Amino acid sequence: MSKGGPVVGVLALQGDFREHIAVLASLGADARPVRRPEELDQVAGLVIPGGESSVMDKLSRAFGLAQPLKDAIGAGLPVYGTCAGLIMLADRVLDAINGQQSLGGLRIAVRRNAFGSQLDSFETDLDIPVLGEAPMHAVFIRAPVVEEVRDGVTALATLTDGRVVAVEQGNLLGTSFHPEMTGDTRFHEYFLGKVRAAS
Amino acid sequence: MTDSTITDSNGTQGIGSNRVKRGLAEMLKGGVIMDVVTAEQARIAEDAGAVAVMALERVPADIRSQGGVARMSDPDLIESIIAEVSIPVMAKARIGHFVEAQILQSLKVDYIDESEVLSPADYVNHIDKWPFTVPFVCGATNLGEALRRINEGAAMIRSKGEAGTGDVSEATKHIRTIKSEIAALSAKSHDELYVAAKDLQAPYELVLEIARTGKLPVVLFTAGGVATPADAALMMQLGADGVFVGSGIFKSGNPAQRAAAIVRATTFFDDPAAIADASRGLGEAMVGINVSDLAAPHRLAERGW
Repeated sequence: MSKGGPVVGVLALQGDFREHIAVLASLGADARPVRRPEELDQVAGLVIPGGESSVMDKLSRAFGLAQPLKDAIGAGLPVYGTCAGLIMLADRVLDAINGQQSLGGLRIAVRRNAFGSQLDSFETDLDIPVLGEAPMHAVFIRAPVVEEVRDGVTALATLTDGRVVAVEQGNLLGTSFHPEMTGDTRFHEYFLGKVRAAS
Repeated sequence: MTDSTITDSNGTQGIGSNRVKRGLAEMLKGGVIMDVVTAEQARIAEDAGAVAVMALERVPADIRSQGGVARMSDPDLIESIIAEVSIPVMAKARIGHFVEAQILQSLKVDYIDESEVLSPADYVNHIDKWPFTVPFVCGATNLGEALRRINEGAAMIRSKGEAGTGDVSEATKHIRTIKSEIAALSAKSHDELYVAAKDLQAPYELVLEIARTGKLPVVLFTAGGVATPADAALMMQLGADGVFVGSGIFKSGNPAQRAAAIVRATTFFDDPAAIADASRGLGEAMVGINVSDLAAPHRLAERGW
């Protein structure tokens, strides 16, 4: 803990990991990229960023990171996934590519590209009671939605049509959207609360 | 002019916003975008770990060798590729050909590349990209060109390189030029930025933003001549956010293996041992052409301005 804050890793195989590192660092965390098992060993929490879930899956398996990640999630490491990261954390992935695997942990089913093509990507305001009264501005980019929620999983936010776009289960957090892009740091602060409580 | 459709920004709510357009490119960072000419190649690219595919009828190497006017691809081909894969699908429109862009948007491609690889349709104007819901990527050889494209609504920039050659030297030149021009702006005092904007032939507001932030407001990929894992890692070490690989994959001896190797080298671009592993046993790279052997009229990077 060289900077005083908790050491938080951001999975840096592909995607917008630099944005997450910047947000976490601005909140006082010692944020670091994680691409290798030995880097994972150093962290007290992990963020899986936005990006292409099928690519993260392949690279995590090709470089021997998938199993250590699964073990860490199973052992209770606080992990927060945004968009592709939510897909990586889901026990079940709908509309996955051939042979795509997830790390699992969240007892949910997630559908990839649930809104359609990039033409359907959008921004909107969401009520997220756990983060306070002010709505959060949320950016959905070829985003997934949570289609099935099992025991022990809390839906933190839904769209007006009722579709679930943010979930919590113990030390695991997932959002369909990208708080790292908007400057609203409440989700990251909420996650860092979990990291501090766990370490 | 009182035309309410004249705009140089997109909103902050709903579809087609600036953030949504630029945001998809943010999600592609650290990835490899591969040119494909059939649904079968698209499948190989997705399985190899491509972060997106570029659907086109002929790869640049074939456009170069066959000659003639190169245009937007057949909608049937583009739709067959969209149907085959779940990663984003990009397609190319000719510079200035806003009707080709309208068609591509109606086909629901995820990104349009207004590309110098095709024959330009307008030698004066590029497409006004703001009215479109679909985002655009445009090529640039220097910072001024990149800023002019961003001013027209481009949500992503790729350095041009020299497509279809397998010679990475132009890609190196263009990414180095853009990066060093950004660094030079950052070092200028405020009163020097007015002239810098004039010299770059770019809008002052964008020049000021670059000087403040030290980076482009959109993602910067690199393209044109990348053929090996080492080429991809070179681009990443030079500061690219990701790479386009055109002819380099499907004009090589073993496309699936080469594609996967380039993906690995792009992620571990700063790890020579990992790049060495990715480079083993790939068979023949595309044969290639040295850019210095190309007569000036055949250089695609000089299209666009």
